[in-house]
This record gives sequence, C-alpha cells and structure tokens, in this order.
Amino acid sequence: MKYAYYPGCSLEVSSAAYDVSVRAVAELLMIELEELDDWNCCGATEYFSQDELTACSVIARNLALVEPRLDQLIAPCAACYLNLKKTDRLMAEDAAMGARVNECLAAGGLSYQPGRVRVRHLLDVIHDDVGESAVRDKVVRPLAGLRVAPYYGCQVVRPAAEADCSEYPMKMDALFTWLGAEVVHYPVKAHCCGGHMTQLSEPMAFELIRRLLQSAVEYEADLILCMCPMCQLNMDAYQSRVNGFFQTSFRVPVVFFTQVCGLALGLEPTRLGFGKEIVPAMPVLEARLGAAPAASSR
Amino acid sequence: MAERLGIYVCHCGSNIAGTVDVEEVARWAGTTIRDVVVSRDYKFMCSSLGQQMIEDDIGQQKLSRVVVAACSPHLHEKTFRRACANAELNPYLCQMVNLREHCSWVSTDKVAATAKAKALVYAAAERVKWQEPLEPMPVKVNPNTLVVGGGIAGIQATLELADAGYHVYLVERSPSIGGHMAQFDKTFPTLDCSACILTPKMSEVGQHENVTLLTYSELEEVSGSVGSFKVKIRKKARYVDEAACTGCGICTEKCPRRVIDHDFEAGLGYRKAIYTPFPQAVPRIPVIDVASCIWFDRGKCRACEKLCPTNAIALDQEDKIIELEVGNVILATGWQLFDSRKLPQFGYGRLPNVFTNMEFERLCNAAGPTSGKIVLRDGKTEPESVAILHCVGSRDVNHHEYCSAVCCMAALKFGHLVLEKTKAQVYSFYIDMRPNQKGYEEFYQRLLEEGMHFVRGKVAEVTDATRQPAERGKLIVQVEDTLLGRQRRIPVDMVVLMGAMEPQPDAKEFGLKCGISCSMAGWYTERHPKLDPVATMTDGIFIAGVCQGPKDIPASVVQGAAAAARVQGMIAKGTVMIEPIVASIDEKACSGCRICNNLCPFSAIEFDGEKKVSRVITALCKGCGTCVAACPAGVITGAHFNNRQILAEIGGALWDASPVLEDARAGADEPADEEAESALSAR
Amino acid sequence: MSDNPTFEPKILGFCCNWCSYRAADLAGTARIKYPTNVRIIRVMCSGRIDPTFVLNAFALGADAVMIAGCHPGECHYVDQNYKAMRRYGMLKHTLRQMGIEPERFRLVWASAAEGQQLAEAITQMVEEVRKLGPLAWAANWQENGQRIEALEAIVHEHAEAMEVLA
Repeated sequence: MKYAYYPGCSLEVSSAAYDVSVRAVAELLMIELEELDDWNCCGATEYFSQDELTACSVIARNLALVEPRLDQLIAPCAACYLNLKKTDRLMAEDAAMGARVNECLAAGGLSYQPGRVRVRHLLDVIHDDVGESAVRDKVVRPLAGLRVAPYYGCQVVRPAAEADCSEYPMKMDALFTWLGAEVVHYPVKAHCCGGHMTQLSEPMAFELIRRLLQSAVEYEADLILCMCPMCQLNMDAYQSRVNGFFQTSFRVPVVFFTQVCGLALGLEPTRLGFGKEIVPAMPVLEARLGAAPAASSR
Repeated sequence: MAERLGIYVCHCGSNIAGTVDVEEVARWAGTTIRDVVVSRDYKFMCSSLGQQMIEDDIGQQKLSRVVVAACSPHLHEKTFRRACANAELNPYLCQMVNLREHCSWVSTDKVAATAKAKALVYAAAERVKWQEPLEPMPVKVNPNTLVVGGGIAGIQATLELADAGYHVYLVERSPSIGGHMAQFDKTFPTLDCSACILTPKMSEVGQHENVTLLTYSELEEVSGSVGSFKVKIRKKARYVDEAACTGCGICTEKCPRRVIDHDFEAGLGYRKAIYTPFPQAVPRIPVIDVASCIWFDRGKCRACEKLCPTNAIALDQEDKIIELEVGNVILATGWQLFDSRKLPQFGYGRLPNVFTNMEFERLCNAAGPTSGKIVLRDGKTEPESVAILHCVGSRDVNHHEYCSAVCCMAALKFGHLVLEKTKAQVYSFYIDMRPNQKGYEEFYQRLLEEGMHFVRGKVAEVTDATRQPAERGKLIVQVEDTLLGRQRRIPVDMVVLMGAMEPQPDAKEFGLKCGISCSMAGWYTERHPKLDPVATMTDGIFIAGVCQGPKDIPASVVQGAAAAARVQGMIAKGTVMIEPIVASIDEKACSGCRICNNLCPFSAIEFDGEKKVSRVITALCKGCGTCVAACPAGVITGAHFNNRQILAEIGGALWDASPVLEDARAGADEPADEEAESALSAR
Repeated sequence: MSDNPTFEPKILGFCCNWCSYRAADLAGTARIKYPTNVRIIRVMCSGRIDPTFVLNAFALGADAVMIAGCHPGECHYVDQNYKAMRRYGMLKHTLRQMGIEPERFRLVWASAAEGQQLAEAITQMVEEVRKLGPLAWAANWQENGQRIEALEAIVHEHAEAMEVLA
C-alpha cells in the first residue's frame, strides 16, 4: 500500500534514527512511502501559540502537497502528526478559517480540501493495515527475553483517539507481542514526558521524565520504546540531568519503536540508527538477543 | 347538500395567540372558506366552556362538521371527538389543526405563522368535508396478561394482577425470577436485606394460583392488538423434568463441572454446569448450561441423571414453543451493567483490585462468594482503604449522558457497609450527590457522621504507577478535588466503580417486536414522559421499571403497580374501542391482481380464490394505508384517510399557492373566494 | 430560476402519525424554531403516500414536497416505510423528467425523539428551495407544450381512477 510520507524536521537530524528505522521497517512490511516533495516544517507547538491562521496555512501546505492519487499521509513525529490532523480538522469545522487558509495556499498555487488526506501514524498503519499475521510472518528474529516498555506519549493518542485509545493505548503493546518481546506493564505509557517544558521549566519537566523512567525501572523493562522524537529526546538526552536533579541513577535506554521492530524483522542494528542514542541500547539488546546475525535476506 | 362547518380557533392562553393572530384566522375562515357557518376564537377550547361552545353550536347551528384549530391531536383529539359525540355528531366528523406544536411554538414571525395557520385551517376544512361517520370497533379484552421480565417491577405487576383475580403469564429469560435485586446485599436507605424483602414476593409469585411462571423462556413473537394479542414463547430446554424435580439439589452438588458464574455472581464465584442461580431461586428447578456441561460437550458423565432420586434429568428435552392469547403485555425487562472496561483509565479488568458495583454487592452479600467479607481479589486480604467512584459511564458524553439515578445512594450504602464490616477508610469521589427521595438525604447525613470521606471531583485515573515509595502496592486515585481546588493522589487498596445502568443489549429489537420504540438513550419510549410513564404508543403494551429509564426499587415497584392498574382497568371494562382506521376493498372493482396481498406485514389481506378478489381482514388491519396507495386500480379505501380527504387537504393547504391545473383538485371544491382568484391570476 | 431573496417557498410535508409527526410535535414542545414554510399533512404511515398526492401538490402550486417517516427498521407498521422509500425513488426519477429539480422532493427519516433533526432538515430544505426559486410550472410549460399534455393526461387518468371509489 502506498502512503505519502512526511518525515518532519526532527527526523532529518536529531532523530535521524527514527527516520532511518521508519524507512527500513516500512520497506520490509510492504508499506510504500513516498516522501512529500518540498515539504516544510510543521511549526511544532510554536506556530499555533503565535497565530492560528499562519500556523494552519504553513501546515496545510504540506497537506496540499500530497499527490491526488494518494489519500493517506504518514507522519511518524507525534507533533507533526497532531499538527497535520488538527489543521485538517480546523479547516473542516470552521469553514471561514478553511477558506482563508486556502486563500493563503492559493498564493503558492496550492489548495487543500479538508478531509481529503487522512493523517496516520506509522504505528496504527502497522497495527491496522499490515495486521498481525503479516507482521508475525515477517519476524526473523523474535525478541524473546527482551522486556520492553511501550511509551505512547500524548500527542498521537490525544485528543483524537483515532490512532489508538486515548486513555490506555495498546497497539504498540500488541505489535511487540507479535514480535515476540515481553511487553512489561507500563501504567504511565500515555503520561506526558514534559514536551517543551524542558525549555520552560526544568524542574517540572524533569519530574515528568523521572516518573516515566521510574516506572520502567519498577517494572524491570530493558528499554523504553518511543514514537515521538521529543519524548525520546527528553527521556534519553535529559536522563543524566534528571539523575543529577533527583540524585537518581537511571540508566534506561530509550529508543524508537521502529528501531527495535527492525531488529525483529531481521535488520542489522547499523541500518536502524542504533548508536545514536545517548544511553546506549546495544548492551542490553546484545545481552538479551545475542550478537546481531549477518543481514538475512527474506 | 352542502356541509355546515364550525371552525374553532384556540388561543391556548398566549401559547398560540402570542404568535398567531387567532382572531384574524377565525374571521378569515368565516369569510373565506366555503360552507363555514360558524367561526370562533376562544381562549381555551379544551376547557369545559370551550367544549360546551362546540356542543351548543352543533345543536343550534346544525353543524355537520367541526374543525378545532388548537394543539396537537395527540393531546386533545379525544376531547373534541367526545364533545361532538355528546352533541350527537359522529366523532369522526371532527378534525383538529395543529396550530401550537407545529405553528406558534416553532416560529417567532407572527406574519408567517398566521399565514401558515390559515393554510393549515383551510386544509382541515377541506378535508373534513369529505370525512365520513365511523364507528369505533369494540374488541373484547382478554383477561389474561403477559408480563415479560421477572425483576421487581415485573413481580409487582404480576402480583397486583394475580391478586385481583386475573391470570398472568410471567416470562423470564434467566432460570429464576428476582432480577438484579436478588444480587444485592442491602437496599438503601433502610439497609434491609435485599433478598429478605424480595424472596417473599418471589415465593408468592411461584405459588400463586393465578400465575403461570415461565422461566428460562423468551418472548419470540407478538401479533394482534390491544385486547387480543397472540404471543409465542420459547420455553428453553432446562434438561430437567419440572414435574418430577423436587429441588433437592443433589445434581448440583455432585456435578463435576465447575465454571465461573458470570451472571449471578458477577464473575466472582462459581457454579456448576447444572445449577440454580441462587439458593432462593424461584422455581427451584435447576438448569443445565449446555456450554459447560460435559455430557453435551463430549458425551460423558451424566452424573446428575444417575444420582437424581426422582429421575428428573431429561437430557433429550427440547425447547418448547408455547402459544398464548393475552389482552395486554407489560414489559419489565430491566437493565444491564455498563462495561467498565470501556473506561480503561480506571483499570477495570487490568488492575485486580478494581471492582464493579455488582461485584461489590456480591462481596458484601452473606450468601456471596466470600460469605459477606469485603476482601481484595486474593480472597483474603481486607482492604485498609476503599475508593468509590461515582458516574462510571453515566453523565459522560462519551458513553451515557444520563444519570443512572441510583449510584449515589448505592455508593453511600457501600460506604456504610465498608465502615461496618471493616476497619477501612472509605472515600466517595462524586460529581454531585443526588440523594433525592424519601429518607435519602438523611442517609447521606448519616454517612457524613459515620466518617465516610467525600471528595468532589471526577476521578481522572486509577493507576498503579507510583511516585513515592509509600504508594507501592496501592492503587492511586488521581483526582482534582474541586472543593479544595487541588490535585490529589489518594492511595487505596480497593476501588469500586459505580457503573451505569444501561438498556439491555437487545432492548431495541425486542421493543420493535412488540411495536414500541426506544428513546435516543435506548430506554423504552413512554406515551408521555410526565403524565403517562407506563403506557406506550402502542395500546395494550405497557412498560415498567428500569427498562423505561434508570430508577430505584420503590420507583420500579410503583411503575409495576401502575401498569397492572391500567391493565386491570381495561379488563374490568371488558372491551376496548379500536379506532376504525382500516382499509377495505371494493370487491366489485377489484381485479384480483393481488399486488396488495404481500404488502401487508400483518397478513390482513386474504385472497378469495373463488371470487378471485382480495379482501381485508378488518380485525387484523392496523390502518397503515400502504395497500391503499399501492392498488393500481385505486379500489382500496383507507377509512378516515382516503384519497379524497387527503387530496382535499392538500388543496386546502396550498390555497394561497398558484394552482396550475384547476381540475387537478380531484374531489375538492374550488375556493370561490377573491383571495384565491387573485392569486390565480397574479402568477 | 431567479434567486429571489424575498421568495418564500410553499412546501407540503407529509408526516407519519407515529414518528415524524411526533418529532414535529417534539420540536414544538421544545420550542425549536424553524421556518414556517412547510405545511404538514398527517398520514398514519409514510407507506400511505400515493404518488398522486405528490403530483397534485406540485400541480396545485407547491414549490417542494417533503415526506417524513420512521427510520428503516422502526416503522410502526413493521416495514411499510421501505415501500415509501421505493415509491419515492421512482417518483423522484419521474419528476426529474418533468423538469422538477431533485431538491424539491425529499424523503427524511425522523424518529419521535428527533425533533431537532427534523427541524434542521426542514430548515435546510427551505433554504435549498429558496435558492431554486418558485417552481413556476406555468413558465416551464409554455416552453414545453408536450410536457403539459403528458402531465394533464396523467392527472386526468388518476382523477378518473379515483371516481371508482365510494
């Protein structure tokens, strides 16, 4: 199945591991990704807090760029996902806003009909569109013995409960069960990681991050799986700051779910961006799964 | 000879007169519409003076037709028909115009509303000229009654009718009557033991000479109409011979197959494959659950059969279809509990010590799986703290918008039981406290004094994600205490969710089977929410208890009694008058094409093979008129809704539109008035 | 068709006694406001609607006709609204051939609890028909003499057929 693909800025640089693993996993699972030509930044949380019309127009440009023959757009970054979805909905519900956005788009020779493109996250595409039996079929290296804590964060599951349940999502849990891993109980799976609070109030953000790490340790997870660059950054890059702040000694690897998914599908760690994370994941992966085999062709 | 019309335009106080210029409408009707002899307006036509006015005019002015422009015919059609009858004018020569619900109440534009009113009055005036005198058809009321649902409402209705000397067939889906009330421990606010007050009534029903108890049975089909319904009941096979069974219980004791009892014990206890749902079951005749029985699964065992001292086990028993004739049906089909897994933030089904209200009732019940001890899922640990969450599934736009009426009181009851039976602290997390019936507020005060804690706030989450070591092993209730204005995390051992009452899963289709409909929330629609809560739009079908909407036990009892009283009234009267709105076929003109035969869902049209014509069986005809519209030759007449009348009504309603074909007004007289003429020439 | 802003369409509505008539009652009881352009005629069931009622309505100057009945599966008389649905489909097709725009003939379902929805459907229809303008068959007919004859013939046929009734 073909989907338009919107990597977003984070996936270009700081979360390149996510982009690389998304593409690798998608290829194996027969999800054809067509990257949008000349896509632009979605503005994350900043634009909307400044001016709604500008924000919507800038975001809608990406929706407008989706080729007419494609009607689904995958955005792996949670903030991009939320922004694209929110814009589509705003344009649909507020006809006046929609008209004004289209006026702005017209200046660039574009237009967008709200509702035309369905914004998806890769997780629900794998879970719903590819499905259990297809995924299980492709597992080359079951993740037996690996204890994973699936972390969903906020923006994909709320406010729209389209990708997964808002209160207690389970699709990543299901996916990793199919991949043979041991999915630990992770009650804070949909609690906020603090997002941009790291820039605004470190104590607040650190506390939120601490809770996520604490819970993973409590339930003896080997690593935490993320589906958002911000969440991964917060929990990984700030882990040492959190330790400093609270006098804790967390050392929990935090990686993107597609990276570990790729391992199960037989890909080598180097193809999946491992090594880019700050708290290294390879030690625990090797300990549980053994050394990586040579790339298998399947 | 021309008809003599009386037109009466009601002010209804200011309800109509506030928007429609009623005096103008009356004046206009008198001068514009042909054959109008009298045209008046009056403050309240439905008052005795108003009705008297009509009766006097009929006598003095020799009126042959009456039009009353007032409220909806659903309210006062009977009133004005009766007035006509009193003055010896056939009641079907009276027509109402809906100037209130359809006109004055839905508009603020006085000019437009008045114009609409005129059109509606003209329509009725033209129609009524073609109306014919009709006689309602008396139908004998069968004194037997069918009550569906053996919960407290159904039991009450049954006993009232049976005690009055009339026969009742009580049909209940599960193996015993008693309903949800049998599962409860205590009832609020008196803290009576639920079973103690229920079982005497259950026994009475079981032993009553005027009651035929059909448990483990389903109502499959209903046909006919008020006074004479034909119903088909499927008596499911119990695999036990009821005549031989003494209720000794050996079969249950010796049955080797034990399964979780998801029904009566709410999943907390066990039962056998052959079982009675609870010790005080009525009838005390067990049932074999085919899904869990070893014999039905793989052909082995038969222990019950071998050990039964009276040879009452009948493994080859089959379902039986019973056909009955009854005069009225009372539906008291009750409710089911909301599935709390739909609110995963509360952890039900995932966190072991989160219980539903039903599970908690079973815990408290002395005959329950823990012999009345309030303990955690492990079956032995007593909680040190219990949280009770109100409104789980109720007052929730994502699930049920309504309030389930009983949960606040039940929560107080649970609080009391926790304080009585354990040393635990107990918290209630509520949005509003709703103890609004007799003795309820006092019960709330009592709990305040007993030391129950009340937190006003809808719980956001019940989680085992701890933030501090002290929280380990507890369930944390995360809530915004809106009276304190602060977030709180309250660690407890046990959480009880006050789940909503929901309509039965098959309520809608079941209702349609009986010819009644459901509201948007899924409860059965009563005839009038204020003034007629137990009758439905279908004569002869009544509703009682929670199936009409969430309510507590006293209200259910009252509705059961009310429905029974209505039925008793009809039985005492002996006959009920059916509206003569039926179809009839002109046999001389019928060509025998039989197109109409298959259109009738009530099989009210038969074909006479000898004469080769179709014929309507009046007793079965419900008057929908579909055959009337379908007949290619136009030989079927729908009484009181025939083509002439409706076409005249259409003509009248469009009196101020420009007609293109004057002779298209088949059957209606042309308005010879100036206004219509000028409208004609204007376009 | 002219877009006359002061044009008030005259719309005939047929409501079935059990669902849609009660929905209209409910709209009134709830004081929901909607345009006064629809004049309601009560029938026991939407299945009672004879195509000649609709044709007559147009012929007598209605700018639009609305039929309202119970939702499929909820008809008080079991499934007679399905028959209404079938007739509606054929009639709409026929009307189109006579030059009557599809927006002028609508079938809506409204249960007794749906006063709000019925009011909204009526409001929407009034606006659509207002935009279309008056039906103005006379003007239409002058253009198409054949259509006039055809329609006259149909109506006379029905008038004759109805004389068989008592």
